[in-house]
Order: sequence, then structure tokens, then C-alpha cells
Amino acid sequence: MTRYLARKITIYLLTFYVAVTIDWAIPRLMPGDPVDGLIARLHADSTASQELHGFFTESFELDQPLWKQYLNFWWGLLHGDLGPSIAYVGSSVSELIWAALPYTLALLIPAIVLSYLAGNRVGAMAARRKVLDNTVLPVAYVLTATPYVFLALLLAYFVAFQWELLPVSGAYDFSVQPAWNAEFARSFLSHWILPFLSLFLVSFGGWAIGMRNLIIYELEADYANYLQALGAPNRLVRKYAYSNAVLPQMTGLALALGVIVGGALVTEIVYGYPGVGSLLLTAIQNRDYFLLQGIFLFIIIGVLVANFVVDLLYVVVDPRTRTGLQGQQ
Amino acid sequence: MTELGHHTESVSTGTAEISVVVSEETPPRRSRNEIAYFALRNTKLVIGLTVVLFFLALAIVGPWLTDAEPFEFGFPTGQPPSWDHWLGTTAPGQDVYSQFVYGLRASFVVGAVAGCVAAVIGMAVGFTAGYRGGVVDDVLSMLTNVVLVIPTLAVLIIVSAYLSVTSLLGEAVLIGVTSWPWAARAIRAQTFTLTSREFVSLARLTGRRGTKIIVSEIAPNMSSYLFLVFILLFGSSILIAATLDFLGLGPSNVMSLGLMLNLAVSNAALQLGMWWWFIPPGIAITAVVGGLYVMNVGLDEIFNPKLRRT
Repeated sequence: MTRYLARKITIYLLTFYVAVTIDWAIPRLMPGDPVDGLIARLHADSTASQELHGFFTESFELDQPLWKQYLNFWWGLLHGDLGPSIAYVGSSVSELIWAALPYTLALLIPAIVLSYLAGNRVGAMAARRKVLDNTVLPVAYVLTATPYVFLALLLAYFVAFQWELLPVSGAYDFSVQPAWNAEFARSFLSHWILPFLSLFLVSFGGWAIGMRNLIIYELEADYANYLQALGAPNRLVRKYAYSNAVLPQMTGLALALGVIVGGALVTEIVYGYPGVGSLLLTAIQNRDYFLLQGIFLFIIIGVLVANFVVDLLYVVVDPRTRTGLQGQQ
Repeated sequence: MTELGHHTESVSTGTAEISVVVSEETPPRRSRNEIAYFALRNTKLVIGLTVVLFFLALAIVGPWLTDAEPFEFGFPTGQPPSWDHWLGTTAPGQDVYSQFVYGLRASFVVGAVAGCVAAVIGMAVGFTAGYRGGVVDDVLSMLTNVVLVIPTLAVLIIVSAYLSVTSLLGEAVLIGVTSWPWAARAIRAQTFTLTSREFVSLARLTGRRGTKIIVSEIAPNMSSYLFLVFILLFGSSILIAATLDFLGLGPSNVMSLGLMLNLAVSNAALQLGMWWWFIPPGIAITAVVGGLYVMNVGLDEIFNPKLRRT
């Protein structure tokens, strides 16, 4: 088990190191002077440009040798300093991201967990009932092929604008203040349902298909045939098939995390939900590079932590990882 | 996961979780007729292929059927579909049909180019790691695992923000070089099982060079698998491109389906009830990607006699 986890942690640390280096290197490797490019896009006049040039060169610390810039970058990072925001003057990048993060997590975590659980259940059920298989499978294929953006647009258009069932834009009504009371909770929930549902449905389709295929495959395996030949009840055979099918599904979960996070970002933009995705859009539109770099780092850290959680769960689910055999990678 | 005789590689591409089961025994050389026989009787393949070919035809022929340029202004503003404008017009007065067919073209181009780039890198890494083994495998697998964990979209966002991509090809190549890892891993696993087989050992005994053996002995024996990998890469690249374009990070001078969605949202098409602006591009992406996935499952059943069940 220690060997398995040690290997995983090595990969994650290495990934983090590579990601931070990419984050640092990209603005410095791009052709031309990044500061000039930045100022050109801000459309400032010439005296302002000169001021800005000095300001940005100092902020990026471009006047220092490369190795020092690199060390400073790490130093700032480890102290939680990601630089100032250009779009939101006066705020630091880390403040902005910390403020947006709870909203994104409130969407992402329930969407990931619930779609995974429900998708696996329904997929396993579809594998044993022909009727269910013929109805659920086509729907699941359509769902999994739908871009997150489009499903979000459809739900927003029909549920929010045509039928006016649920509100969009923001995380709660302007009339209420964030507080621990029923009124705020109701307002928050009504704004939360649609973005959550968009994320949930797309992921749900993928898990259902994956589980259905895996169960069918497992039921053909020798151990399943042997159990059946011994006269074991069908329920027991399916239980074993399910336990075996869960393992590749969990590997799939780790691999799909990045995609789901990307989905959450665009979903937030469609609904105007004030999470990291909306922050990202502002950063892109205002060419706020510090903010972009900060968001990039937060996404990486989030995905790495989530991967590690999946690995820990894997140890619980797969006995082979506990007994020193490596199990599935 | 590895059992005697079979190997299952579960891969996640884009939003889809698709598991490909490949028989380890070398399939006997089948005649073309047999493949065609099963292909025509496979509903999944027929449906998937029909959908994809329909949109491909639309992407090729569609632009010839209209005089309007995708970025051309001056049409009536915000009109629903009519005889003059088959899919209506946008709020600032552009022709939606023209944007739609040109955007569809862009999607296919990005998908094909990005899919090819990713497949080439994935094959290079996968074959080398699987065939050489040892330290080379360790290093390449570590590299693959590291790139696999980094979310593709995050890297693409930051790179395209700085680079300000101005061409479709540039966008496609960027997507290709970031989405190869799962393909490399899947191909490595397949190569691994093939490398230990007698005919490969025999080829090694003749003293041929490694690259030659990979090209002439290993790759042909998993050509169907490679084809499936390409289809999945094609589909996921289209989805990634749509997301990037929607974020406004794609080339702004090339009309794409994602850019249409971006423009629709930023011009309040939802609030104004202009469904004809965002529903066609959304449906097209969904149908093409869904068609590719379903086609993939169908092909898998054709190549694998074990999966051929009604």
C-alpha cells in the first residue's frame, strides 16, 4: 500500500512541479516582449504606456536574471502570493480566487459524486434488463456527447427563460444577503439546481455507458460462469461483477476529473454563476494574466488533490493495493 | 485487470467513458467481405456513420449553397428562420446558416488535424514504451502519467491566452499536442502484450531494426485498435475545440460552432428567445461527437468477434 501511494504521490509532486514551471515559463517563452503585448491590448496612450511598461516589468520581475525570477515565483507561490489582479484593481489574485472557489466547489463536488454513483447504478441495472438497456443506452450516448456548454444553454433557455421555473444569473437573489437562514438557502438552491443539473447529466451518461459495458464483460468472465455453474444466486454473481467493474470505473473517474472541471467552468459562464469559471472569463476578456495564471494553478492543485482522494478510495476498494501487489495503475 | 487472454483498457476521452476490449489472440486474416457483411448488419455502426457522413456532407457542400459570408453584416437583425435565411439571422444581422456550415467545416478540420497529431504522438510514445520496455518505458510512462493528470483544458486556456491563436491549424495542433496521453497509455498496453508473442520474437531474431518491426509486425496487428483510438481522439478534439472557442480563446477570425455559441451568449440570445442562433451549432456538435462514439462501439463489435452479439 505504501509503495502504491508513494508512486502516486511522486507522480503528483512531479506533475505539480511541471505545471508550476509551465505556468512560469509560458509568459516568458512566448515570442516578443510580453509586457509590450499586454500594453498594446490595453490601448493606453504613450505616456501611460511608459508608466505601465515600468510597472509590469517590475511586477513580472523581468529585470532580474531568469533563475531568480523562477525562485521568486516559487517563493511567492508557497506564500500564497499570486500577484495583483489587473481586471479587479486593488484585489489580489488569491483573494479573488478564494472568494469564487466555494461556489465552484458547491457545484462540482455534488455533481461529480452524485453522477458517478447514479451512473454506476443505472448502468449496472441496464446491463441486466433488456428494456432498460434499449432506453437508457441511447439517452446516455446523447448525454455524453453533448458539450457541457450546450446542455447548459438548453436548460437555461427552456427552464429559466421560456418556462420561467428557475432563476439564472448569480448564486442568489439580489434581495437576500448571504446568511444561515431559510430564505437565503432557498434562493441559493434555486440558483444552484440548473448549473448542477447540467454538470450532473453529462457526466451521468458517461458513467452509465461505462458501467453497463463493464458489467456485461465481467458477466462473461470465467469466475462468473463458474459461480453460475455452482448454482449461486444471480444476485451474488452480479454483486461480484459489480465489485470488479467498479475498479476501472474509478480509474476512469480520476481521468475524467480534468474534463469535468472544464465543464464546470463553462457551465458557470452560461449561468453567470459567480465561481472560478466566471472569474476566468473576466480574466480572458481583460487579459488579466496574473489572474489566468492563478486560476491555472488552482485548477491543477484541485485536480491533483481530487486524484489523490480517488487513489485513497481505490486502496479501500481494491484489496490488491493493500497487500503489496500493485493492482491497477 | 489483465487476465489471461484478454486485455481491457478503459479510457476516458472528452466526456465519454468507453472501454475497448481487444482480444489478445491474433485474429485470423479476415476477408474484406466478412468485415463488410458484419459492418452492414451492425446498427450502431450504420447509425453512427450515417449521422457523421450527413454532417460531413453538409460541411463540404453547405457553404456552396449560400452567398452570405459568416462574418458579413447587413442582413435584417434577429429574424427567425425563413426562406431567405434558412436558419434566421443573428442579433447584429448575420446569416446563421452561413455561420453554421462554415463552423461545421472548421469543426471537422480541427477534429481531423488534432486527432492526427494526437494519434501520431500517442503512437510514437506508446509503441516505443511498449516495445523497448525497461528504463525507456519507465521514463515514457512517467511522462505520460504526468501529462495525463494535468487537465488539458487548463493548459490550453493558458497557452492560447498568451499565444492568441489566429489560425484553425494552430488551434488544432495545440489540442493535438495536449490530448495524446491516454492514447499513448492504451497503445503501450497493447504493444506490451504483442511484443511477447512468437512472431515478434522471430522478427527480432532476423536482426531487423526495432522501428521496422513495430511498423511491419506490431502496428498491422493492432490496426483496428489504432483506428478506434483515432476516432475517439477525433471526437474529443471537436469537444475541446468547442469549449475553447466558447471561452473566446480560439481564432477569432474563423467562424466555428463554439464561437457561435459564444456570440449567442454574449449577445443575449437566450434572453431574446433567439433559439435558432445556438440550437443548430449545439445539435451539430452533439450529433457528430455522439455519432463518432456510437460508430466506435459498432466498429469495436465488428473487429472483435467476441463482442458480436445481437
